[in-house]
Amino acid sequence: MRWIWIDKFTEFHSGKSAVAVKNVTLAEEHLHDHFPGFPVMPETLMIEAMAQTAGILVGEAKNFTEKVILAKIKKAVFFDYVKPGDTIKLKAQIESITPEAASTTGRITREEKLIAEIDLMFSHIDQNLAGKKFPEENFVFTGMFESLLRDVLISDAGSSKEASEQNG
Amino acid sequence: MAMSRDEIFKEVQDVLVDALGVDDDEVTTDASLMGDLGAESIDFLDIVFRLEKAFGIKIPREELFPAESLMNNPEFVSKGKFTEKGLTELRVKIPHTDISTFKNNPNVNKLGDLFTVGAIVKYVETKLNAA
Repeated sequence: MRWIWIDKFTEFHSGKSAVAVKNVTLAEEHLHDHFPGFPVMPETLMIEAMAQTAGILVGEAKNFTEKVILAKIKKAVFFDYVKPGDTIKLKAQIESITPEAASTTGRITREEKLIAEIDLMFSHIDQNLAGKKFPEENFVFTGMFESLLRDVLISDAGSSKEASEQNG
Repeated sequence: MAMSRDEIFKEVQDVLVDALGVDDDEVTTDASLMGDLGAESIDFLDIVFRLEKAFGIKIPREELFPAESLMNNPEFVSKGKFTEKGLTELRVKIPHTDISTFKNNPNVNKLGDLFTVGAIVKYVETKLNAA
């Protein structure tokens, strides 16, 4: 199953922030049921798209060695519908990151219009839940996400020169 | 800038209202985070992050809510209860909590009751005064 709700990253500042885009299309089957005659992107999937954007940002900050799991939706407020043909931009920022968890803030926009504000918390599960064992392999960050980062230059938190030039 | 205990309480109250989705009148000094306000483990981390931001302080891991390091030590916990040594350690590690009732029945499952709103206020106050 391809449970990926972002198409690519356009900006990536390691340990700080990332921007991903998603193109919404009527070829997505669920839009025909959500809702018949009035296709709009489900808000739950916007949260998932933000969780993927922010989750990859958090994972990359620790070189994908941690299993990063969405632990809490701190805030999710929606201001407008997202319809087929729309391109939405998801911007995630790391607010705090520690060995055991991270909190992020996020905004979804379409052109300049604010669509949603979504703040999340992620757990590095190997560092928490004492006594529980998880599989050795990192089942969170599989090859599935690699293509998303292919086109973006991951810039260092300290020297994000190339990326800022690229993005003007 | 010194903050009064009331000002700290107000700020802590805001943090808990946002983090736990509770009403402000539920956040009383005696309310326990888990028992009364329904906090789960991830909420503790969320609360730590929010307190750091609200007060501009750094809260080291296990300083405000130590649990794992104490509970996994057989010297401190035996047969599900804190030992005398464990209670002494609690007084040192979490001076911001009131263990006077807890020590009568120091069941590990009751440890969560020590983490009250008042304990957070006291912790923040100590932290701000030390800064």
